[in-house]
Formats: sequence, structure tokens, C-alpha cells
Amino acid sequence: MIKKAWKSIVIILVLAFLYLPILVLAVYSFTDATNIGAIRGFSLHNYVTLFTTPELVRMILGTALLALVSALLATILGTLGSIGAFYSGKGMASAINTMNQVPVVNADVVTGFSICILLVVVFGVSKDTFLPLIIGHVTLCAPFVFLSVVPKLKQMDSSIYEAALDLGATPLTALIKIVIPQIFPGIVSGFALAVTLSLDDYFVATYTKPATFDTISTYVVNATKGAQTTIKTALWALSTVIFLLVVLFTVFMNIRAGKQSGERQGV
Amino acid sequence: MYKNIFSRKSLGIPYLLFLLLFVLLPLFVLIYYAFTNGQGEFTVLNLTGFFTDPNTLGTLCYSFGIAAVTTVVCLLLAYPAAYILAISKLPAKSIIIMLFVMPMWINFSLRITALKEILTWMEGRLAYHPFFNTVLGMSYDFLPFMILPIYTTISKLDGALLEAARDLGAGELQAFLKVTLPLSLPGILSGVSMVFLPAMTNYVVLDMLYNSTYIMGSLIGSYFAAYNWNGGSMIALILLGIVCLFTLMTRGIEEENTRGGALL
Repeated sequence: MIKKAWKSIVIILVLAFLYLPILVLAVYSFTDATNIGAIRGFSLHNYVTLFTTPELVRMILGTALLALVSALLATILGTLGSIGAFYSGKGMASAINTMNQVPVVNADVVTGFSICILLVVVFGVSKDTFLPLIIGHVTLCAPFVFLSVVPKLKQMDSSIYEAALDLGATPLTALIKIVIPQIFPGIVSGFALAVTLSLDDYFVATYTKPATFDTISTYVVNATKGAQTTIKTALWALSTVIFLLVVLFTVFMNIRAGKQSGERQGV
Repeated sequence: MYKNIFSRKSLGIPYLLFLLLFVLLPLFVLIYYAFTNGQGEFTVLNLTGFFTDPNTLGTLCYSFGIAAVTTVVCLLLAYPAAYILAISKLPAKSIIIMLFVMPMWINFSLRITALKEILTWMEGRLAYHPFFNTVLGMSYDFLPFMILPIYTTISKLDGALLEAARDLGAGELQAFLKVTLPLSLPGILSGVSMVFLPAMTNYVVLDMLYNSTYIMGSLIGSYFAAYNWNGGSMIALILLGIVCLFTLMTRGIEEENTRGGALL
């Protein structure tokens, strides 16, 4: 009994370490206090500031749009790449696999800096075109899509594809109707991973973004150094909103997963 | 005819080209810039300069120290949690696992902001405890990346091995030390590489906590701010070298370990 309690305590302590800062900040985001520790009255002004300051709204929407665009491109490239590598000869497959590993293990600072050097310094592409930023994020994300699709390809029953060809399907139809559906869970989790990576990225964005554009990460990092308390406390509200969105998303996914397994059991 | 134009192999070509252009080529450009000066002439000054300047060498050592301590702290916090989670039948286990994953989905800069506010409240000026705050901030940021791989490895562990150890007379501690711990080594290693390398380079955490940057990654940032592509490239190259070395090392141990596991 004592042992069990001790186990729970360890888990609770680690969870407290991870969540207390976010939760305390969430509580304070609903007050008009400008720093933690001060006790002030209830107020929603942080949320009003967050959703009415054009600068903040632009930054949030820009980050979301960038994440969606680069995750979409990364998913297309990474999925096609993994299918291609899976079916091609040893040489090409290992070339793709090896290069794919580089952005995965590399420090993001190095990835961002090297892409900036290549595109901006060598090729003279203007950062204002958003091209370096999008290419940087696709480079960051596509390898992870690749890695989450590969296991699904290995699990796939290849005889169905052959059967489709024998029955007269063109390779393209067979690919769309047979291969893609079988690896779809891998594509989806790859896409989700790509979105989170892009949303969380700071380093690639710093080195490749246009000077007038900010992602949440670059904006927050600069804002914490400034002394502007209205912006600072509005970011507490942003942190709370994102936290709540993540919680909602997790609950939703769990309910869906629970339903699916329930259906399977029912069959 | 159609079959020849469209084959599954050719699907890989766009990605291959993408990787060649944006992964391989940048590395060559990095090497070129690292070994040339501003006028484009070949030089090793960037390299020798790095290893003779006490500032950069000090930064390298400090980064190693920070990264090592952060990794150990994360390991000490993560292993018990992951172990308990994997072994015991706690109620609502899947919810707890989700709770460990969720911080990864919350933007790190916002999480660090939260930590900063709390620490400022508790400590006053954060710059008074730079080492402690850096390690704390990084552990806070990277802890989930240590917990998950260890949890996955331990929960895949064959329970029969533990039973066998107990049947053969091993006590609980002995069974843990001789069976669970060695077999969870791959998880520990992948956790370590997911924490150690970012801890060497992620200078934003320090920057946000107390406006100071004194680790390897920040050197690139300062060269970048000064438009010194050559010096920055050399730092990037050195970091890349460390990453390669580290990856090869962990991979070597991992292979040895799986071979040892196969012998068992």
C-alpha cells in the first residue's frame, strides 16, 4: 500500500513540474495582475487584447497558416519519397534514407543557418518572398513524415497491389486506391507531427523569416525581453488558449479512438 | 507503355531532388564558407580561431557541462516516472501518458515564459542563478522527450524475463538491475540523444530566461547578427561534427546492446 502511494507521488511530482507553470499562468491570465504573485481582481482584458490587437492576431494566423502550408507540402513530399524509396533499388533507397536522417539528428540552429546561407547568401533569394521560410520548414518536417510512413509501407500487404494490377488497374489507380489507403494512418500522423514541428520551431524561422513577419515562437522570444506588460500578459492568455486547445484536441482524439476500438470489439 | 512512364520508383524522385538541394547542398555550402574568408579565399583561420580563442572554447565546455547536467537531471526525473508508468497498473494509465505527451504540443516559448514568470516570482532576479535556471529551463523543456522513449522500451519488455529472474532467485532490486535496466538501455540512449544535443544548441531557453546566451548555438546567432557567414558556418560545422560523433557513438552502443540481447 505504501509502495503504491510512493509510486503515485513520483508521477504526480513529475506532472506537477510539467504543468504547474502553465496552470499558474492560466489562472493569472484571468486577472489584471502584471506579474505572478500579485493578487488582483478577475479580468478578461488579456483575452480582449489578444484577440483585438492586429499585431497579435496577424502573428497567430500567420503561424497557423505557415504550419498548414509547410506541413501539407512536407506530407506530399515525404509520403511520395517514402513510397519511392520503398520500391526503388538499394542505392537510391539508402541515399534517400541517409539524407532524410540529416535534418532529424541535426541541430535546428544548423539546419536553419545552412538553409539561410544557401538560399539568401548564395542564391540571393529575398527573405520577403517567404520562400526560404517555407523551404526551411518543409526541410524540417518532411523527414518526420517520411519516417512515420515507412513502417506502414512495411506492414502493407503488397499482394493486393499486384492483384489490382492483374485485374486491370493502372499503377496510378492502384496507388491511389490500394497503397494510399493502407498507409493513410502513417500519412495522418506524419502530417500531425509536421504541424507541431512547424508550430514549435524557433530556429529555422529566425534565420529564414522576413523581418516583418513573426511566428508565435519568434514573437514570444522577442516579447519576453521587452518591457511591454500589456503584450506580456496577453501572451499569458495565448498560452492558456493553446493549452485548452491541446486538451480539447487530446480528449477528442481519445474519445474517437475509444469509439473505434469499441466498434471493432462489437464486430 | 503507361507503366514505364509512371512507376512507383519514380515517386521518390521529387523528394530525392529536394533532399539533394536543401539538405546535401547546404552542407557543402557550409563547408565552403567555413573554410573561406570574406573575400572567398581558402583559409583555416576560422577553424584554428575557434580552438585558440578562450571565449569560444569556454563556450564549448560550458555547453557540454550544461547539456550533461540537463541530461542527467532529465534522466533522473524521467526514468522513475517512465518505469512506474510502464510496470504498474495505475488507474487511468493512458490519460497519464497523454499528460506526458501534451507539453510537446504546447509551443515551447510559451511554456518557457510560464516557467520564467514562476521563477521570477520565486527568485527575484533570474541572472543570480544562471546555471541552475538554465538546467531547470532546459529540463522543463526537454523532459517529455526523455520520458517517452524510456516508457516505450520498458513497456515492450518481455515480462517472462522478469518472472524467470525471480524464479531463479533474484530479488526485486537484483531483477531490476540485471534485467530491466540493461534492457531499457536503448530507450535511455534515444532519450539521451533527444535531450543532450538540443541542450547544447537551444540557446533560446537561456536567452528567454535571463537575456544571456552562452552556449554553442548562440555563437551561430551572434555571427548571424553580425553577417559573418564564414565564422557562423564554422560553428555550424563544428556542431554538425559533434552531432555526427554523438549519433555514431549511441548507435554503436545500441548495436552492441541488441547483439548482446540476441545472445541472451
